[in-house]
Amino acid sequence: MPASTRKSAYLTGLRQGAPFLLILVPFALLFGVVATEAGFSLLEVMGFSMVVLAGAAQFSAVQLMAENAHTLVVIATALAVNMRMAMYSASLTPYLGAAPLWQRALVAYGLFDQTYAVAHARFEARPEMTVPERIAFFAGAVTPMLPAWYGMTLVGAVAGRSIPPEFALDFALPITFLAMVAPALRTPAHVAAAGTSVALALVFAGLPFNLGLMIAAVAAMVVGAEIERRMGAR
Amino acid sequence: MSWSTAGIWAIIVTLGIGTFLMRFSFLGAMGGRRLPDWLQRHLRYTPVAVLPALVAPAVVWPPATGGDPDPARLAAAIVTVAVGWWRKSVLAAIGAGAVTLYTLLFLLG
Repeated sequence: MPASTRKSAYLTGLRQGAPFLLILVPFALLFGVVATEAGFSLLEVMGFSMVVLAGAAQFSAVQLMAENAHTLVVIATALAVNMRMAMYSASLTPYLGAAPLWQRALVAYGLFDQTYAVAHARFEARPEMTVPERIAFFAGAVTPMLPAWYGMTLVGAVAGRSIPPEFALDFALPITFLAMVAPALRTPAHVAAAGTSVALALVFAGLPFNLGLMIAAVAAMVVGAEIERRMGAR
Repeated sequence: MSWSTAGIWAIIVTLGIGTFLMRFSFLGAMGGRRLPDWLQRHLRYTPVAVLPALVAPAVVWPPATGGDPDPARLAAAIVTVAVGWWRKSVLAAIGAGAVTLYTLLFLLG
């Protein structure tokens, strides 16, 4: 494996990961502000962003802790929100499973919605990539995102003041996730899976512990896979 | 909030370990072995199955409006999906969604 192709894969990852800073920066900033206002110390706020490294779960945990929920409820809910990480892990295994264990462990630490979306799209579009190239691409995609996540959490925590509600930052997350999904709706199976996902998430929105999310996600995967199988080709 | 420092760190560390184990699960245990075809077929739909479910309730019942459906947020979500599907570009979709959201929030005030 010539180092030059690894280097170019790293740079491609860097380039394709960089736009996601537009999402991570306000999201991390907002987490720093929200967690600080809920009463967490600077060290604890940074602990969430560096140890857990999962925006939606961090927000869920802080929200529940601010409401003085039971410890087990906090943990169960945040982990349920993160169960999709196991699906991401499984989904990348065909592409990265042959890499050395330490590399897979590092990939696992840096595996979240944005890095997964970038990496999966690239690996699927370029089946000829070698495993070291894929690892280099992933490393490139993570490179701008991790410091941004830590740094902007810190800025938000130190600034410690509310961003005015007029900025409607509550909607940054939905818009981001929808923007990541829309380009992937390229077959009837993908459209049906997304439709199932939305419909069941709304129907089961009242269930505790984010169970509605898990039911909707699993059902949507079954619908997508079944339609693909019946149509005989992707 | 009535949490001890130890209680807070217990939650942070537990969530960190639990989340890492989920991220590492298949990557760590499966190694170079090939996943069965039926499983791969399901996993291809992971993004379109998880992400819409994660945000659908917040689109229809935004916490910021106390859970009342909001025309500006609904329209922004629809425009985001439409532009993302049409242009096949994440950034174009985010831009179109943000412009729609702010324009309508301003107009509908």
